[in-house]
Amino acid sequence: MTSSIRIYVPADAAAVSVGANAVAAKMIQEAEHRKIAISLVRNGSRGMLWLEPLVEIETPQGRIGFGPVGVDDVASLFEAGLGQAGKHPLALGIVDELQWMKQQTRLTFARVGLIDPLSMEDYKKHGGLVGLQTALALSGADIVEQVRASGLRGRGGAGFPTGIKWKTVHDAAADQKYIVCNADEGDSGTFADRMLMEGDPFTLIEGMVIAGVAVGATKGYIYLRSEYPHAHAVLQKAIAVAQESALLGPSILGSGKAFDLEVRLGAGAYICGEETSLLESLEGKRGIVRAKPPIPALHGLFGKPTIVNNVLSLASVPWIMAHGAQSYADFGLGRSRGTLPVQIAGNVKHGGLIELAFGITLREIIEGFGVGTLSGRPVRAVQIGGPLGAYVPPEQFDTPMDYEALAGIQAMLGHGGMVVFDDTVDMAKQARFAFEFCAKESCGKCTPCRIGATRGVELMDHIIAGKDRDQNIKTMRDLTQLMTDASLCAMGGLTPMPVLSALNHYPEDFTRPAMPLAAE
Amino acid sequence: MTKHMQRDEAFAASLISEHLHLEGAMLPILHALQNEFGYVDEAAIPLLAEALNISKAEVLGTITFYHDFRHEPPGRTVIKLCRSEACQSVGCEELVAHAKSHHNLSMDNTSEDGSVTLETVYCLGNCALGPAALVNDELVGRIDQKKFTQIIEHAASTAGGRS
Ligand SMILES: Cc1cc2nc3c(=O)[nH]c(=O)nc-3n(C[C@H](O)[C@H](O)[C@H](O)COP(=O)(O)O)c2cc1C
Ligand code: SF4
Ligand code: FES
Repeated sequence: MTSSIRIYVPADAAAVSVGANAVAAKMIQEAEHRKIAISLVRNGSRGMLWLEPLVEIETPQGRIGFGPVGVDDVASLFEAGLGQAGKHPLALGIVDELQWMKQQTRLTFARVGLIDPLSMEDYKKHGGLVGLQTALALSGADIVEQVRASGLRGRGGAGFPTGIKWKTVHDAAADQKYIVCNADEGDSGTFADRMLMEGDPFTLIEGMVIAGVAVGATKGYIYLRSEYPHAHAVLQKAIAVAQESALLGPSILGSGKAFDLEVRLGAGAYICGEETSLLESLEGKRGIVRAKPPIPALHGLFGKPTIVNNVLSLASVPWIMAHGAQSYADFGLGRSRGTLPVQIAGNVKHGGLIELAFGITLREIIEGFGVGTLSGRPVRAVQIGGPLGAYVPPEQFDTPMDYEALAGIQAMLGHGGMVVFDDTVDMAKQARFAFEFCAKESCGKCTPCRIGATRGVELMDHIIAGKDRDQNIKTMRDLTQLMTDASLCAMGGLTPMPVLSALNHYPEDFTRPAMPLAAE
Repeated sequence: MTKHMQRDEAFAASLISEHLHLEGAMLPILHALQNEFGYVDEAAIPLLAEALNISKAEVLGTITFYHDFRHEPPGRTVIKLCRSEACQSVGCEELVAHAKSHHNLSMDNTSEDGSVTLETVYCLGNCALGPAALVNDELVGRIDQKKFTQIIEHAASTAGGRS
């Protein structure tokens, strides 16, 4: 029995980026100074990023939130009586009852923001390891069948059915198989993988262990982007705790089945998010895309059968195993089953992460959750699905957020990121950037992408400068056709998507008064 | 003071051999070298080629493929400024212009006094609180011109080594 007051200050990198560490330090200092016993938990983020640092204080009624809390606000929280501070100007009420939280269906992110990410005890208390225990009682084929029946599709962007991929690896005979987690999360506007890894890393580890048990793989790698040093530190610690608790090691939860895990850092190459480029990189080579076939499921890391799955795909599996495939499939619509962690970012008032069943419209997210732009100006465009995704205009905001509906408007869901732009955006510049990004990040293996992207930048420079506009726009359209048809992977193949969406929805930006040739 | 790898070859060699037992040891080794020295010196190329039993051309090709690996020592403070779309939507390019006009700092360059290196990165996963940057691996969000100036001026006044 302790009488100390539990206080939560997120250690999530986004919260830290706006001062959470300083707030946490000040909390401890104030508590010591006032001789008040507190126990400070560094949780993940609840996903209401505009409220970070979001401090929570446990009370008998639930966890009361305060935010955004600055260092200078800490003393006044103590003065207001901590748990009795409900009238403090920064008080938000019971966090679980806030609109933002209540409207969600948190399955994959159920524990993120709630628990101490590195406490195995907390993890178990909140339903952790139940999925793995269920899986350990089943045959590999039965686990694979559960994943298939859940309807889970890869959350990394391509939306490939996860169960089918697992079955291919399960059925392949080999002395060694691998589970590779794609944590390269390169798309602008996405941070769900990061938040999960920092806020509930054991869920990802548990998902990878289940995958290993299902297909007979004993070794896993998490390929993490080097731009995520905070997540790296958390994963390293989480793996050590998992090893001590037999979630990893020679005998998983005493089952006699082995599985171990390592984190590897990428090195700032966007293309290494593409699965075959990622495998090359893990093998220690340049991240040049491999021609498919052979598919990685059969001929993956070091030539061995390999599951490559996104963080969220793997982290959804423990819930599916614990609650049953049908419970998961009951969420969503059409061929998009389950839930999708949506990230709303950019020029938006309320940015953050929301996990929702498939089917909610773009408008509900942008206007309902996002509450418009940060600048207060009208929304002009939303880019969905990262740098290879389309710019969608407000006329199309009634489209539901699912794989097929977005494909129907020449857009794509990708990893579920939405980047809001206000009416000061210049869509010709955004089109130019799409080519520039492709030129910088192309692996260089095929000509349409390598040369085409550079040519696209030149064409856009001419168009912006007002030179032979009609002719150059026509040439650019031909170029995008060639890139779409002849690129080896989606880097070159999808760069036309942001370009053409900008051109088709915002033609007026391509005929503005001429600008001098873009410097730089 | 920046260490020079030529003088630290033995140390580099030991870093390399420490990682040789790993599958696909190349990237872990390159990261270890850069962590230690701030960049990957060309003197490491023959060492890597021999340790991994591949050609020097392959080693060089790998180092140059990845944007992370520097070929020269960086400034004492490294600022990695995100220039992806979400940060563009809240004005990261204005910060780029500000760095140039007010601090004579251009992207992907080191200041003349060796205090700051300003690098381009594409997304730090802080897209709802942009513009964002990593300042010596510390994530900073909602960077406006004032905050940016503070970061740069703090860096300029910091004499110590990279942290
Ligand atoms: C250029 C490019 C970049 C990609 N980046 C990522 C990434 O950062 N993370 C990811 O999970 N998948 C990424 N993908 C998709 C992967 O190739 C692959 O489809 C995915 O890892 C499979 O896992 P899933 O089925 O669980 O989605 C990218 C694909 C391309 C073409
Ligand atoms: S499309 Fe671009 S990134 Fe993909 S294989 Fe071709 S050159 Fe490489
Ligand atoms: S776009 Fe800048 S942090 Fe993601």
